[in-house]
Amino acid sequence: MYGTRRALLCAWLCATAIAAHAGPRAEVIHWWTSGGESAAVKQVEQAYRDAGGTWVDTAIAGGDQSRAVTINRIIGGNPPTAAQFNTSKQFLDIIEEDLLNPVDDLARRDRWDEVLPAPIVDVIKVRGHWYAVPMNIHMQTWIWYSKAAFAKAGIAREPATMDELFADLDKLKAAGIIPLAHGGQAWQDILLFSMVLSNMGGRDLYLKVIRDRDQAAIRSAAFRKVLVAYKRLQAYVDPASPGRNWNDATALVIGGKAGMQIMGDWAKGEFIAAGQAPGRQFGCLPGLGGDSPYLIQGDVFVFPKTGDAGALRAQKLLASVVEQPGVQLAFNKLKGSVPVRLDADASQFDVCARKGMAILRDPKRPVGVAEVYLTPDQNGALQDVLTAYWNTNMPVERAQNSIASALRY
Amino acid sequence: MATLRLSRVTPWTALLPMALVAALGYLGAGLWTFYISLTGSRTFPSGHFIGLAQYHRLFDNERWMLSLHNLAAYGVLFVLACLVIGFLLAVFIDQNVKGEGVFRTIFLYPYAMSFVATGLVWQWLLTPGDGIDGTLRELGFQDVRFDWIVSQDVAIYTVVIATVWQMSGLVMALMLAGLRGVDPEIWKAARLDGIPAWRVYAQIILPLLWPTIATVLLLLATAVAKLYDAVVAMTQGGPGIASEVPAKFIMDHLFLRSNVGLASAGAIVLLVPVLALLAPYAYARSRKEAA
Repeated sequence: MYGTRRALLCAWLCATAIAAHAGPRAEVIHWWTSGGESAAVKQVEQAYRDAGGTWVDTAIAGGDQSRAVTINRIIGGNPPTAAQFNTSKQFLDIIEEDLLNPVDDLARRDRWDEVLPAPIVDVIKVRGHWYAVPMNIHMQTWIWYSKAAFAKAGIAREPATMDELFADLDKLKAAGIIPLAHGGQAWQDILLFSMVLSNMGGRDLYLKVIRDRDQAAIRSAAFRKVLVAYKRLQAYVDPASPGRNWNDATALVIGGKAGMQIMGDWAKGEFIAAGQAPGRQFGCLPGLGGDSPYLIQGDVFVFPKTGDAGALRAQKLLASVVEQPGVQLAFNKLKGSVPVRLDADASQFDVCARKGMAILRDPKRPVGVAEVYLTPDQNGALQDVLTAYWNTNMPVERAQNSIASALRY
Repeated sequence: MATLRLSRVTPWTALLPMALVAALGYLGAGLWTFYISLTGSRTFPSGHFIGLAQYHRLFDNERWMLSLHNLAAYGVLFVLACLVIGFLLAVFIDQNVKGEGVFRTIFLYPYAMSFVATGLVWQWLLTPGDGIDGTLRELGFQDVRFDWIVSQDVAIYTVVIATVWQMSGLVMALMLAGLRGVDPEIWKAARLDGIPAWRVYAQIILPLLWPTIATVLLLLATAVAKLYDAVVAMTQGGPGIASEVPAKFIMDHLFLRSNVGLASAGAIVLLVPVLALLAPYAYARSRKEAA
């Protein structure tokens, strides 16, 4: 009895002692909790352990919830060592309050100015300092289509213009297939809209509206055409669409019940989990035509300010581990995204990811998604208008006016 | 002398913690929220004073206006339906039905469960193609359509249905307690005079139940103002923004959209009708106590 207790006590003490000597201890808040995501983050955790650190995992389901916890803990004076954010303006306010540690050394050493795509640099570099370590790049507006459904509808080649897209949707409809699988949730509505705006309006109009919030561009005839085309897509969506989750919409494409879905590259995981292979049972189209803008976002780690030397060491170690090419490959293969470095080795990825990595190297094509340029509440206000416009018979003029006033503040 | 003073001090001492909590937690937080609503706070509270600009922006916001409109429509229907159904259920149980305990439990059960869970069940039930809609069609009613939850105009009513299902049991329990408190002599007298039961309920019992009804109204009114979980679980404010409510707008702007200033302005606006509702009630009570 006493023996076991003493053994237990020793085990506990010894474990604590080992932990104390196990090098920098990093508490990491993130929201990678789904199957593939948590497998991906385990790779980072393992690499951090191998580098001599102790990883304390604080996984919180749901990005909103996770970010709220991070911000509350920063305000409360008990920040985590590192925390996940999206590559967006979500953490701009924290930078401006001077609550994040910059990672300038690492950025200089790894020449981030040269090897990271410009939209990513724009968000993580503020007034000459680097405040976040990028993990991955997601492209949000892929067109995923079912090869079986396309064959049934008699579609021989992938659409290259908006008109061809509508023609294909008509063919799918005539063949008795749901032409467009869409989950009617606000964030999916804005994603669909971004796809139409970038493919139809091109890079210039997209950036003028979303990045510059240019009132004249928003009130232009070209932008109105985009809004009309966006709304036109609604005729190709099935009645049960409102409120549907994105993966349920993907399941419709996987089953051949729907022709296509416009969704980020995380949808690929659903196809693969269902035993389908890219280029065989399903196709992936990064945009219409050869030079469509490529809408990217991703995840980053930020490092809340701390005076504690141990925590500072942990932050430095984590930042350098995350950027190792091996860690980047292992993480992104499981996550469905692609590495942030333009010089990453593409040969280990599937055909869709390879297409994406090639596009990323063309400096004219990558642009950020709306969240990269807009503050969370501007983005939210835009989302409110778009989802109302999508779901009601709001006249296009009114939608245009509402967008102008949503982006004015 | 000393004992007298002690006996006077004791109740105040006992009340002090509660008074402090009320003063700091409610009043203090309320004032702080009002102050923040006058600033340009974003993710973090800031002291940058911008006057009533947040309120101006709030009432320029289509979603906020629709939320207020939804809340009014929801509030009227929800309160009325809960009162009527709760009262009828209570009257039903008051007839000394067999297995009263079983019925009481069944009616009260929805209230005991988390709405986040039951709201999801309601969402499934109401999804067109599945649930009620699908069952009706499988039973052979091919032309019947029950797609309220995805409809712009009536989605908010599905929230009414589900929350009435949840709350009317509680209303029943309170009303039943009231009914049980009615003097049996009244019933005897009414029976002797040959007055039909429904008239006794309508003209004698209901007025007697007034204090119970006031309590129920207060509970229901606060439930209306804080309506949030039902909408999140059932429609997420959709389709589009058709079933948005003010509490969801405030929560979204506090956390998701990092605009504490605008959220605070919304919270203050939401506080006004609650106070307007509470004030007459508190006034009536204070008059009664004084009399």
